[in-house]
Amino acid sequence: MSSENRKDEIPSDGATANAGASGSRADKEKTLRGSDSRMATDRAFRRACVIIAGISVVILTFLLGSIVLQGLPSLSITLLTGTPEPEPSQAGAWPAIAGTVWVCTICALITLPIGIGTAVLIEEFRPKSRLGRRLLSLIQLNISNLAGVPSVVYGILGLTAFVSMFGLFGAAKNGEPAFEIGATYYDQFTNLASDPFLSMGIEDAEERYFLAPVAASSDPPTVPKSGMTMFEYIGETLEPVTINVVGAEDFPPTDPKELSLSVDGNSIPGRISEKAWYYFRLPFGRGVLAGALTLMLVILPVIIISSQEALRAVPSSLRDGARGLGATSWQVIWNITLPAASPGILTGSILAMSRAIGETAPILIIAGIVYIRNAPHHLMDSYTVLPLQIYNWTSRPQEEFHAIAAAGIVVLLVILLSFNAIAVILRQRMQNKVR
Amino acid sequence: MTLNISRFATAFCLTALVLAPVSAQNSSLRGTVEIDGSSTVYPISEAAASGFNKSYSNVKVNVGVSGTGGGFKRFTKGETDISDASRPIKDSEFAACKEAGVNFYELPVAYDGLTLVIHKENDWMDYLTLDEIKKIFTTEGGAKSWSDVRAGWPKSEIKIFAPGTDSGTFDYFKEVVVGKRETSLREDMSTSEDDNVLVTGVSGSPNAIGFFGVAYYEENKDKLKSVAVVNPSTGEKVSPTAETIEDGSYAPFSRPLFIYVNAKSFQRAEIRQFVAYYLTNAPKMAQQTGYVALPATIYREGMMRCRSQAKGVGTHYLTETMEKRGGAVTEVYKSENLVK
Repeated sequence: MSSENRKDEIPSDGATANAGASGSRADKEKTLRGSDSRMATDRAFRRACVIIAGISVVILTFLLGSIVLQGLPSLSITLLTGTPEPEPSQAGAWPAIAGTVWVCTICALITLPIGIGTAVLIEEFRPKSRLGRRLLSLIQLNISNLAGVPSVVYGILGLTAFVSMFGLFGAAKNGEPAFEIGATYYDQFTNLASDPFLSMGIEDAEERYFLAPVAASSDPPTVPKSGMTMFEYIGETLEPVTINVVGAEDFPPTDPKELSLSVDGNSIPGRISEKAWYYFRLPFGRGVLAGALTLMLVILPVIIISSQEALRAVPSSLRDGARGLGATSWQVIWNITLPAASPGILTGSILAMSRAIGETAPILIIAGIVYIRNAPHHLMDSYTVLPLQIYNWTSRPQEEFHAIAAAGIVVLLVILLSFNAIAVILRQRMQNKVR
Repeated sequence: MTLNISRFATAFCLTALVLAPVSAQNSSLRGTVEIDGSSTVYPISEAAASGFNKSYSNVKVNVGVSGTGGGFKRFTKGETDISDASRPIKDSEFAACKEAGVNFYELPVAYDGLTLVIHKENDWMDYLTLDEIKKIFTTEGGAKSWSDVRAGWPKSEIKIFAPGTDSGTFDYFKEVVVGKRETSLREDMSTSEDDNVLVTGVSGSPNAIGFFGVAYYEENKDKLKSVAVVNPSTGEKVSPTAETIEDGSYAPFSRPLFIYVNAKSFQRAEIRQFVAYYLTNAPKMAQQTGYVALPATIYREGMMRCRSQAKGVGTHYLTETMEKRGGAVTEVYKSENLVK
């Protein structure tokens, strides 16, 4: 402060400024004489700071207030548990909420170890050779640059790197996986009554679907035969049924029960699959994992840089002390440096995760889905995230959807704040522990 | 592959089809329907997905909004089962489909009327001719102020609000106004992917003009005014309403919206059921989402395309020589125009 003041005042007194020893007395007099204006500047600066801080707080309060006011009336159980519907009053965001939680949790689980690990490597294991140092500074430069790349670019990168995996597994034709575990394939047959394009108009015949298990997705379609055992979903369980095949020239049976078990001899079944919770495929496809990995790219630089800062802030006396007692590098890092740096690391991670939760653009590119009724069930499942759902609602012509979008923003804020709260509590605990 | 059901049964079938058997809840049908494409068609597909899931609760229907072009990119790779499109398929996309061995059924589902909108208090603009629209929107026309467009209009600067260049809406408008000529639409328009931004833009400045789908106009009638367009063939001034869009008199700015169904996917029971649901409920859903239903004969034609299996695949909007075929949907969507 005072040096700034002096700078302002010296040029006005041009002669004394360059006048060495004799000038210093004049300078002193000047500052003493000018103490009123000095204090005035000080007060003005403080006021300016308060005003600037106030403006941002007022804008934030205004934004939050208007969103909450707009959103609260439409905030309902339906919004939290429902599925997106064309009717605004029934529209909900459950699949999007679940998708956001899935993607962000997985993203955090992957990103934190990689990010903190990288920071530890750069800060704690500084290479001694010249080549190593060069390499490290190159990595450092890259990380700082990556932090500034727009997230859309990461979306496009994620599309090639994770969704299709550079086409390494053969040009993933029809989006089909090259390798997978946890999928069961069925050929789905329809009975004569159920297909609207085959329907014989016999009203009392029940609509039924039969599944014939197939070993692999590439197997030829099952050819139906009379007396063949297939399976049918009754509720959530598969029950075996014996089917009856009606040839091309035959007339369908007239008995409704028999008709309901009849399959057209020429019918081509549809290949469907059921996926277990551990379903895994390569390339990843447009699933939760690809989304989480793409968001990882977006936030990794932020986490690395903030972790580095935190590690640098740990006094070297702590490290030296531990080393002096004979601790290995691992012991120093695990017992001394990381716990001491953890509050800073967590703060950086909070900021990074908040960014990941709010990110829309890369998800729009790699998921692209806005209407989905189910929460993800496995790592490769399709999903949508809350920002995407909100974006979709705000771009609808109906005014009611805009209100729901506001309510969606409130939900997003609550998720964001609760993620942050967890991190803040963790940070508090660690800080106490370090003390 | 043809179904040798007796002729009587076929006729019976057809009636049953048209009568739309909306089935009761059935939870045994399984499978996934992947839809992607135009955000203009999205509300209709969403309505279809939502309604369909009320009957078939265990079929997963996922709808994306990658835009018409983005949707076709995935569709031609076989990644999606159905592609939403706010314009007919282009020759390049059709070629990509052929190369990848993807056959499809082209099914119009609704009309959209591109609506030119102006500020609520603009009382001097009563109608526009196509030539005047060209003056306003093209680089060749190059009108700077409204007085350049028609004598007697104010000397104020023209402000234009238009949908994003990736949207099918923009493509369609460009095709109608610019056609095949060298010139293009002006660069100095304010564009936005979000039509609500356009609504706010036009309703905020008295000298502005903008365009978007009729659904947005219907929802914002209190803030905006639509402009009547002179039908080039009849010379009459026509405003966009459900009636004028449906009877084709609101020309040339009324356009059909499509879904393209992968013929291979169509063999799957859940896709067949979904498409049947879509076509039979399209008139209701179109109205519900702010669009205009097509004449019933078009939906019946669409059903026929699906029924005739391998004979029904292909597009109606390209000729054998891959030239664009234009005109009213009732003129174009005929089996003799089908090109494989």
